[in-house]
Amino acid sequence: MTKERKKELQDLCLKFRHDLIDILHSIQTGHPGGSLSCTEIVTTLYFEKMNIDPKDPQKEGRDRFILSKGHACPMLYLNLAERGFFPKEDLKHLRQTDSHLQGHPCFHKTPGVELSTGPLGMGLSAGLGMALGEKLKKTDAKIYVLLGDGEIQEGGIWEAAMAASKFKADNLIAILDYNGVQLDGTLEEIMPLGDVASKFESFGWNVLHCDGHDVESVSAAIDKAKESTDKPSMIIARTVKGKGISFMEGKNTWHGKPISDEEYKMAKAELGGGN
Amino acid sequence: MSKQIAIRDAYGEALLELGKKNEKIVALEADVGASTKSILFGEVFPDRYFNVGISEFNMVAMAAGFAQEGFIPFVNTFAVFMTTRASDPIQSLIAYDKLNVKMAGTYAGLSDSYDGASHQAITDIAFVRSIPNMTVISVSDAVETKKAVEAIAEYDGPVYLRLSRAPAPVIFDENYDFQIGKGVELRTGKDVAIIATGTILHNALKAAELLEEEGIEATVINIHTIKPIDEEIIINAARLTGAVLTVEEHSIYGGLGSAVAEVLSQNYPTPVDFVGATTFAESGDYDELLEKYGYGARTIADKAKQLINRK
Ligand SMILES: Cc1ncc(C[n+]2csc(CCOP(=O)(O)OP(=O)(O)O)c2C)c(N)n1
Ligand SMILES: [Mg+2]
Repeated sequence: MTKERKKELQDLCLKFRHDLIDILHSIQTGHPGGSLSCTEIVTTLYFEKMNIDPKDPQKEGRDRFILSKGHACPMLYLNLAERGFFPKEDLKHLRQTDSHLQGHPCFHKTPGVELSTGPLGMGLSAGLGMALGEKLKKTDAKIYVLLGDGEIQEGGIWEAAMAASKFKADNLIAILDYNGVQLDGTLEEIMPLGDVASKFESFGWNVLHCDGHDVESVSAAIDKAKESTDKPSMIIARTVKGKGISFMEGKNTWHGKPISDEEYKMAKAELGGGN
Repeated sequence: MSKQIAIRDAYGEALLELGKKNEKIVALEADVGASTKSILFGEVFPDRYFNVGISEFNMVAMAAGFAQEGFIPFVNTFAVFMTTRASDPIQSLIAYDKLNVKMAGTYAGLSDSYDGASHQAITDIAFVRSIPNMTVISVSDAVETKKAVEAIAEYDGPVYLRLSRAPAPVIFDENYDFQIGKGVELRTGKDVAIIATGTILHNALKAAELLEEEGIEATVINIHTIKPIDEEIIINAARLTGAVLTVEEHSIYGGLGSAVAEVLSQNYPTPVDFVGATTFAESGDYDELLEKYGYGARTIADKAKQLINRK
């Protein structure tokens, strides 16, 4: 990745963080922590990696992105709007009655959303179905699934992990938003994952690591995953929940808390630059 | 308007009080303890509090094991995850063997309004009601919540307790006599009966006031126990009024409305109509959604009037 390109993506991420805080502050609902945590991952996918066409959202053979941790959808919507799937003006109606932008991703309402999510733990299985479907259709499409680290406590994830390995879904690329925090506390306090890399390796996955807040690192890991043969890939992306706003960083209390006027000013000042 | 107390706060406090009185109470949680308010119990009784992370199926199946050990497990999560993700252990472990597990499903109906349809529970009653051996309770205010928690802990057997997220007006006072299986008549009128469950009972009462302004007298009944249902109070209301409207924040297929229609069709055939869900709802302000999806007091009153014409 060139320096210029890296700077462009970083600027975009900063702009998304600003917009996110603006929107969530104005609507007084929604999930800041998990949205900030996946900013670089989602932005790298939509602006660097994925083969998609906003003018033809249903194009055959396109790459798919599934936000299995659906509560982070504000970050998905910011990316979709920036890519032109729908007007940016729509963003301010997030979570409001009659808006197409639901509190959790909705396939039948929002252009560009590939699967309705919200109830955690189902995106990997659905992604596997898509991956195998694309293989039957003999396309080059990659299926990207973003998982929360709390989310993978769901048993269904491990059923999907076994199945993806058995069916050699090497076009399935899961990314773990490994921020160490869930809703009620840290993963250590609530339900430790243990050695998650070894777990997926022993399930037969191609396991990769990256810095989830470095667009270049995310991009490089995705490139490696794309080369996998026979094995599905799991990219463990080290992240910080609430990244970019110090008083939110690493705090489970910022999972889904409204942003007060005071906190809004502090957050905006800290982000600086951009907007 | 009367004081508002969030049902979930009342539940959390009642569970804590119960924990103080009875050492057999254990609480299980699936990473939404800050929302269900089971955390209030957890802070005081960390040894009897099991937060299993995001694994509802595991949590509910574990509760079956605790019950076999002679404990009284209260399992806590959103109503929608309880009755979808954990449906199998509810049916095939807990209900089948009549295990003494209390399943508290919170954020029921549209009350988790901003999170959208994926988090709103409009099918939970239908599922649990159709399972043999289950007792199904749906509470309408903070006082009823507290009394229901005490009563279901006394009762030996599986209970689904349906709770709302939203602040709700307090309808009952401390002298309220809550009995599992007994409906409560809050108003008596001869023209139409409105039978409601859950916090939306408040709108049913408001609808009755609107009807009164137009000279129409409505009976209003609170059915907190949807199963086993109070057949007598329903049949008597039908006899008196000849027209029964049910109101619930739930699908009209399989919920309170269906239960009432079953009772009347078998015992005292009467025109019945239903206020409830026929579609998934969406994200938005709770009161706005209640209006948009047909739960407003005006809509309930108008439906009651149309029903009277069918007599
Ligand atoms: C099946 C299910 N159970 C519970 C929830 C409630 N919930 C939403 S987000 C969340 C915590 C998610 O933590 P994590 O997966 O680590 O996400 P992140 O830290 O990236 O926000 C919980 C418990 C849910 N949406 N779905
Ligand atoms: Mg996390």
